[in-house]
Amino acid sequence: MSAGTSDVAISGAVPDVAPRRGGVLAGRGSALAAALIFAALAVLPPIASAIGDPFLVVTATRIVVFAIAALSLDLVLGYGAMVSFGHAAFVGLGAYAVAILSSHGIDDVLVQALAAIGACALFALVTGAISLRTKGVYFIMITLAFGQMAYFFMVSLSAYGGDDGLTLSARSTLFGLPVLAGDIPLFYASLAVLALAFLGLRALTLSRFGRVLRGTKENPVRMQAIGFRPFAFQLTAYVIAGALAGLAGVLLANQAEFVSPAYMSWQRSGELIVMVVLGGMGTLVGPIGGAIAFLLLEDWLALFSEHWKLGLGVLLVLLVLFTRGGIAGGVERLFGKARP
Amino acid sequence: MSEALLAVTDLRKSFGALHVTDGVSFDVRTNELHAIIGPNGAGKTTLIHQLSGALKSDAGTVRFTGADVTRLSMVERVRRGLARSFQITSILDGFTVLENAAMAVQARSGSSFRFLRPASKEAALNDEAMAALARVKLDDRAHRRAGSLSHGEKRQLEIAIALATGAKLLLLDEPLAGTGHEESAVLVALMQELKQSHTIVLIEHDMDAVFALADRVSVLVYGRLIATGTPEEVRTHPDVRAAYLGEEEAA
Repeated sequence: MSAGTSDVAISGAVPDVAPRRGGVLAGRGSALAAALIFAALAVLPPIASAIGDPFLVVTATRIVVFAIAALSLDLVLGYGAMVSFGHAAFVGLGAYAVAILSSHGIDDVLVQALAAIGACALFALVTGAISLRTKGVYFIMITLAFGQMAYFFMVSLSAYGGDDGLTLSARSTLFGLPVLAGDIPLFYASLAVLALAFLGLRALTLSRFGRVLRGTKENPVRMQAIGFRPFAFQLTAYVIAGALAGLAGVLLANQAEFVSPAYMSWQRSGELIVMVVLGGMGTLVGPIGGAIAFLLLEDWLALFSEHWKLGLGVLLVLLVLFTRGGIAGGVERLFGKARP
Repeated sequence: MSEALLAVTDLRKSFGALHVTDGVSFDVRTNELHAIIGPNGAGKTTLIHQLSGALKSDAGTVRFTGADVTRLSMVERVRRGLARSFQITSILDGFTVLENAAMAVQARSGSSFRFLRPASKEAALNDEAMAALARVKLDDRAHRRAGSLSHGEKRQLEIAIALATGAKLLLLDEPLAGTGHEESAVLVALMQELKQSHTIVLIEHDMDAVFALADRVSVLVYGRLIATGTPEEVRTHPDVRAAYLGEEEAA
């Protein structure tokens, strides 16, 4: 279509608040920060059993699962400059892949994960191809609309619980073995997925593909003037992110042993955006930190008042006003020396 | 006479009732530097947008290397060797100078749907990018952030990026815009040197530079070309003196 126009597929363009490339969190610093986070998480189960608080592992698994989802959204939001307001739909689809297959007696986690990835990639391909025809606020609206469509589809799907959701009879198995039955193995499995996803996306953002994506975010007209069409790159990133969020959904279903359309609601999508922005867009490690901070704050503030969301709102306003680049931006300023 | 590398025939573009490009026809011969001059608002930038494919033409044809490219997008024209620079500097500030050029090499060197190997370490891309930077004398700045360059250096980088696309024809949109005296001297020397290897369409306000560099000059006034010829022919053309040079003398 529209040959010979200056149309660019930059969508929901966001101000570039990511820390400058070349700072501590852009190179080895981000790998180091991520390694520290992963190491801290890895020693959590023994600590939890030592202090006699096994529920800590359950909370930590939830955090890790949402960190995977936030990480995938960072590819779209922080690197692809696409403000997707329907990302929770992919998490929900992934969770439903587990629940629906499980209700038909298919419990193998590999089959479920493949189905989740396939369904999410297809959903991302179709909705992304349509959404990327729009720009700015319209991209936000259309991704929100697709997310809500997925939500209401699951609400109306009474064969699989509809609005009430669906309880899993048991967690997924691997080759018939109940390897994820315990909370601790599930936690380590989730942590492994998070670490692999981080390493994979890190390589991806530095690759040829990722370089085009980053260039497109910064200056789409320049990228077209040297011969790149942004659309294909942005759509591919959207599909990869959708598939990874689906994988987070597979883990979420196992963690909760329950799925419901609430996983896909637009509030969930908004929370994922908050995690990414809070942590620092376009840094990969930032959104992992953002997910941890968001979920811990949620738990902590809920101790004080049932109106904890008000407190969270105030904190977010302060963070957006006084830090550029979220948590990662703050760390950057603390430890990074300005380079010439 | 050698075949024209770029042939523009009766090109038109209107915004509402305003005919910004009003039946423009001209040829650019292989290895010439063809300057397009004209007073402010003559439609020079609109014309370069139409030539580069950034803007659709209402009517007329643009032929490049003998093929009709009128309906092709900017991306397709770049791939055929028709590259442009921008009047307002358009580079990737957050990337290194080398990566700005390497990205343009990457665009024509195999698939960019490669997901694992770090692109900034690809020697083949970097070598070609360095060659383009060396031609504009920016190789000693290769590892700086592009955003940290001086204005003149950014203008040089614009040209290096266009070179790195592997262009046959460079469309340079006011490369001297906003440059100081020394910076513009560097750029004029650079274009003098580029003339040896590339066909260039130069849109420029700086008359000294135009008359020093151009093999032929076309004069655009209110969307129409009123004269095309050697710098000497154009300088003495009565219509040009009336429409353009007179105005400048008055100012």
